[in-house]
This record gives sequence, C-alpha cells and structure tokens, in this order.
Amino acid sequence: MIIHHPILGPRDAQEFVYLGDATLIDRPDGMNAGTEAFHDYAYNRDNPAGEHRELWYHEQGDRSWLVVTRNTVTHEITKVELARDVARAKGRSK
Amino acid sequence: MAEMLQAMTALGARSPAVVTIGPLTVTERFDIAFASVAARRGQMARLAKAAKAAKVPLPDPARYQGGTPYCAFWVAPEMWLVEAAFASHELIAAALKDALGDTASITEQTDAWVAFDLAAPDLSPLLERLCNVDFPGVPDGYATRTMLEHLGCYLVRLGPGAVRLYGPRSSAKSLLHALEVAAASAW
Repeated sequence: MIIHHPILGPRDAQEFVYLGDATLIDRPDGMNAGTEAFHDYAYNRDNPAGEHRELWYHEQGDRSWLVVTRNTVTHEITKVELARDVARAKGRSK
Repeated sequence: MAEMLQAMTALGARSPAVVTIGPLTVTERFDIAFASVAARRGQMARLAKAAKAAKVPLPDPARYQGGTPYCAFWVAPEMWLVEAAFASHELIAAALKDALGDTASITEQTDAWVAFDLAAPDLSPLLERLCNVDFPGVPDGYATRTMLEHLGCYLVRLGPGAVRLYGPRSSAKSLLHALEVAAASAW
C-alpha cells in the first residue's frame, strides 16, 4: 500500500505506524463536556465498512502525523492531510 | 593528576574506520558536529531571517544544502539537521543558539549518530539491497529518513556515487555490518 504524503509524495505504508480513528483529534473539554462525552471519546469507536478517517504516523520518514481517508473495504486512499492542519482548522493548537 | 581523556569513535576505536569492499569505500566521519533546529510556533519567518544572516541553510523538504560553515538537510516540517566541521564548531548547539535565539529550539546531536560516507562509482546496487529509496531516480541533494536493516537512518545523496548516511550511534557496528554484507552481495 502506498500513502501519498502531502509533503514527500508517495511513500511505502511500511514506513508508517497506524494509530486509529482520527476522531482522537476531537478531545472534549475535560472541564465542561461531562463524563458521557469523555467516555465516548475514550472507548467508543465506529467501525465502518467503507470510508474511514484515521491517524497514521510517518515514523520512518518525517515523523509527521497524518489524517488518511481510507476505504476499509477496498483499501483505496482518497485523501491524505497533515494532522497538524486538520487540528488547526478546527481551532486546536492555537 | 587527571589523565588525558581521549574520545572514542562510534565504533569504539581511537580513530575513525575506513572499510573497503570491492568498489565501495565506507568512511566513518568523526569530524562532523551535528545539531537539530526546529522552528518555534509562529517563528518561521524570524528563523528564516536569522538563519540567513548566520549562513545556516534551511532547504526545502527532502533536500540537503551545503555551505560554509553550515550544511543542513530537511527532516520534518519546519525542522532541519545542521552539520558543521567539528574542529571549528564542536559547540555547534551553543553557536546556533547564539545565532538563532528564541526563534528555534536547538538540540545537540553530534554524539547521537554515527556518520558514514559511502563512495563507489555507482551506489545503486548497494542501496537497492538495503532500503526502499529509489536511489537512481532521486536528484543529487536528496535527503530522506529511511529504514536500513531495521535501523532508522538519514540518507543524503551527494552524487550518484556519494552518499552520507547517519545511523543511530549505539547501533554503529550493526549498521556497518549491514553495509558490509550488502556490499559483498552486490559486488
């Protein structure tokens, strides 16, 4: 499998480490969100057969975190973004 | 009275190793000072200005740029590894800190890595056995991190027959062994 890194171009998936669902970026505010939201964040994951947004770490490369949109049925990758850009677009890490 | 202390190379010897296998020469580089420079958040423009004044090159992604006194290659967004001659820049981290101030975070890296210079008329047969870099297809001045015999290394292409390899210093012997085995298979 080849992942098209937004900066470095096509790279072998062996260089990457898979973390999981990209909703990990959306951590609720621990002071206000309540235990229900945090329980969801910590334990509950969707397991779609189809398009899935997930976090990959380019460990044997530029060590950036990526948000990869991948079809879990066909393994087709339709979009690769730097997780940094995704988080900042949501108002994180300001 | 204190005895004179003598530095050892990454391979545990008093002087750097030079190994020849067929057309390949592997030279351990003991004379390079090394540090990482990472831009602090929102400081990239100021860092670029300070680096230019101090003659610290900050090349584009996957590129190496030579210079005097500093050479550098890109390792991550807004982060570079910077080389200089050990004789003049033993305290490279302090020198860079003076030059770049609070625009960047600087970490001394000299003794974290072992550097090998590889020289042969054509290094492709060796590197295609060792890593997934498309060596004949990339230009001179290409720099990347890659896996080489399970070791995370930085590979800098200086020419079709010249490569500088940085590997983890604590695995220096394993890395050299991997080079020797692959060279024996290639030639």
